[in-house]
Amino acid sequence: MSKQFQFKLVLLGESAVGKSSLVLRFVKDQFDDYRESTIGAAFLTQTVTLDDKTTVKFEIWDTAGQERYKSLAPMYYRNANCAVVVYDITQSASLEKARTWIRELQRQADPSIVIALCGNKLDLSARRQVSQEEAKKYADEEGLMWTETSAKTGEGVNEIFTAIAQKLPLTAPSANRAGASRTGPGARAGVDLNKQAAAPGQPEACNC
Amino acid sequence: MDEEYDVIVLGTGLTECILSGLLSVEGKKVLHMDRNDYYGGESASLNLTQLYRKYRPNQSPPESLGRDRDYAVDLVPKFIIASGELTKILVHTDVTRYLEFKQIAGSFVYRDKRISKVPSTEMEAVTSPLMGFMEKRRAKKFFEFLQNWKDNDPTTHQGLNLDRDSMKTVYEKFGLEAGTQDFIGHAMALYLDDDYITKPARPTYDRIILYTSSMARYGKSPYIYPLYGLGELPQSFARLSAIYGGTYMLDKPIDEIVTDDAGKFVGVRSGSETVKAKQLIGDPTYFTGTAAGESGKVRVLEEGKVVRAICLLKHTIPGTDDSDSCQIIIPQNQVGRKHDIYIAMVSATHNVCAKDVYVAIVSTVVETDKPELEIAPAINLLGPIYDKFVSITPLYTPTSSGQSDNIFITRSYDATSHFETVVEDVQDVWKRVIGSDLVLKKRDTEEVVQ
Repeated sequence: MSKQFQFKLVLLGESAVGKSSLVLRFVKDQFDDYRESTIGAAFLTQTVTLDDKTTVKFEIWDTAGQERYKSLAPMYYRNANCAVVVYDITQSASLEKARTWIRELQRQADPSIVIALCGNKLDLSARRQVSQEEAKKYADEEGLMWTETSAKTGEGVNEIFTAIAQKLPLTAPSANRAGASRTGPGARAGVDLNKQAAAPGQPEACNC
Repeated sequence: MDEEYDVIVLGTGLTECILSGLLSVEGKKVLHMDRNDYYGGESASLNLTQLYRKYRPNQSPPESLGRDRDYAVDLVPKFIIASGELTKILVHTDVTRYLEFKQIAGSFVYRDKRISKVPSTEMEAVTSPLMGFMEKRRAKKFFEFLQNWKDNDPTTHQGLNLDRDSMKTVYEKFGLEAGTQDFIGHAMALYLDDDYITKPARPTYDRIILYTSSMARYGKSPYIYPLYGLGELPQSFARLSAIYGGTYMLDKPIDEIVTDDAGKFVGVRSGSETVKAKQLIGDPTYFTGTAAGESGKVRVLEEGKVVRAICLLKHTIPGTDDSDSCQIIIPQNQVGRKHDIYIAMVSATHNVCAKDVYVAIVSTVVETDKPELEIAPAINLLGPIYDKFVSITPLYTPTSSGQSDNIFITRSYDATSHFETVVEDVQDVWKRVIGSDLVLKKRDTEEVVQ
């Protein structure tokens, strides 16, 4: 019998490093050169097949621009199983920003969170400001996964998500309380608001 | 900050966040600012560090309370009534995808010096000590009358007119005792005082139906509660707003509300920057101090005060069957007051505190100059209190509709036990800002790609 595991993945990184483009490439295999800041698309899902028996479904949370003025809500980090922290290899300041986000994750997120540091815009490597050695050394020190990607060409994109899927602990089926487990009423311990009452305003029996 | 916005919103309380979420979905360009470095404004949920910073600036939280991050202590004690208007907004805007809810385990009422469960099933009603045998039969007839009432079928009216006859008349028709009236009016219709009795019965009818239909929905109590605290609600609507292009700035001091010669809104100044917009919405605390500044115009009035005591317990409340969460209503008549006292308790079950800690918040409308004495009857029900944080909060209401100066002010969070008045305020502000009634549209869910 095949098993599906579900995980919440959050994206972090400075504005314009290509967080949304990375997800768009991963989820829809598309790229848009003139993509505007994230609007209206902040909750995507994509499934990675690990082997015949195992698939991993990512519920991907984009920052929706709330990172711009350091105004990300605690809700964003809550129950995140994994995080992709993105920097732009052509902007050395963006790696500094990535370090700040990683510190924030270590402070706010669950200690078991899997973090991948991702240098994007590999297609622009001619203008590279961040060396592979520097980024990898930092990632190793902090115990992070590390890779470089190009959302534009697709290079390295599927690989990083697959690598994260492989690193996640596939112990408990999606009963883990990821935000992702909110799809089926059976999977949640709480109440389902979307389930309508029998006849709103007119209860079937008096309770008194 | 040199862009111009359609609407600037000050304060990230629930009222303001619902409004900015809905306005963003509507296509308005929204800038949402808060002076605090956390979401939620007056309706935030705080971790231990934030809680102590607010109430005990010179003291750090004791280690015995456990990890800071396990806490989300509500500043305003309210629950979501399951069949109410907030539930509708949560479902229609689809922000439920960011939230998870649990039931509140029990609903209790204080009567004759003891706590009794508000019956939730026929079985509980039959065995409830709240009514004697004959009174139970009378009450049964009363509830059957309410359940069977159909506006367009006079045979269900039993000679009563809900829009004309007072609730007093309805109670008398069924011969209900004063104690039962207390229980119905306060523990079910959730009135804070007895003013409703002499008014037409219709709103009371609506409130009882809201209570019983909410009760029928999930069973244990009429209330549900978001995991990680009420502060999740404004955060989820802020996210909705952001997804639709809303810009968020926390930790931003608001130094001046700038108006033109005619007194109309121009923009908001923070430090040396001024950002402009067509309209301003804000919670009343942004209009009380010097920030409201220009020419000392009085924009909000204080219409009362609420006392709230956040009590950290290391046990469940005695007499509540070990419930991990509950509401206890102390009707005003039982303790010689004009307004009811409420206790709202939540716990680690709702991910708002460390295991084996229980957060009970006592609240009521202030009637005297010694508010702490007023809540003593409720405090005494709690057993040993590990720590207590008391606040007295003014209830502000705007002095004008805002239509003449484009400054629209929301109301403070009142002493009611649920969010129905918050939604009324949202609808009211929406109508003033947009000029038409708020109509909830089902949100396009295409952002989910399977």
